[in-house]
Amino acid sequence: MKIYVKYFANIRDLIGKDSERIDIGKGMTAKEIWNLITNGSKMPQNILVAVNHEYVNIEHVLKDGDELAFFPPVTGG
Amino acid sequence: MKIEIIKEQFDPWEMLVDYKKNQLQNDAKIGASSIFLGTMRDFNDDKDIKSMELEHYPGMTEKYLTKLVDDSIQKFKIIDGLVIHRVGLLKPTDPIVLVATWSEHRDNAFNATREIMESLKSEAPFWKKESTNTGFKWVKPKGQSEDVVDES
Repeated sequence: MKIYVKYFANIRDLIGKDSERIDIGKGMTAKEIWNLITNGSKMPQNILVAVNHEYVNIEHVLKDGDELAFFPPVTGG
Repeated sequence: MKIEIIKEQFDPWEMLVDYKKNQLQNDAKIGASSIFLGTMRDFNDDKDIKSMELEHYPGMTEKYLTKLVDDSIQKFKIIDGLVIHRVGLLKPTDPIVLVATWSEHRDNAFNATREIMESLKSEAPFWKKESTNTGFKWVKPKGQSEDVVDES
């Protein structure tokens, strides 16, 4: 399965890129994908996760073609 | 309804007059207009701020703001709502965010504007990066300590 992953703000700085397309195994969660991308680096506790532009929790299971995003707490307004 | 993420400096008052005249067509059922305008300060946490970069998540941010205003129309029975938010490079005094709601009576508009603004601050995907005399710094939400890692 292929998914598209986006990174914003200081998470983008941490990962070193703003987006990428990756192959994942069936049934993988957002947290497992983070571990795959970062070679097991610890996930910032306050990280936010979205799939297809909706907030999800880190145990959300990804499907083929999903857009996954990792970003820090928001600071707009 | 109007939701706009805008890359250039904007005049909030001109936008309001224009929207009221052209979109609301000076609807005579409107008895209350409630407006919040957020502008950029030249300080934060006792540090001088020279400029600020504002970033958003294209697609998700617009979707979130649209739902926010839709929900307010249902919940507070407002006639209409508008949210304009800047992104890109901002200088002190620049408008950051404009929230306006219109309703028959003042309570509805006051409450809707407040709730839209509070939800925007806590959940809409925008991020600020400030430029100070000591360099650039990502802004953290008020009350949040340094990043901690998940030990699980």
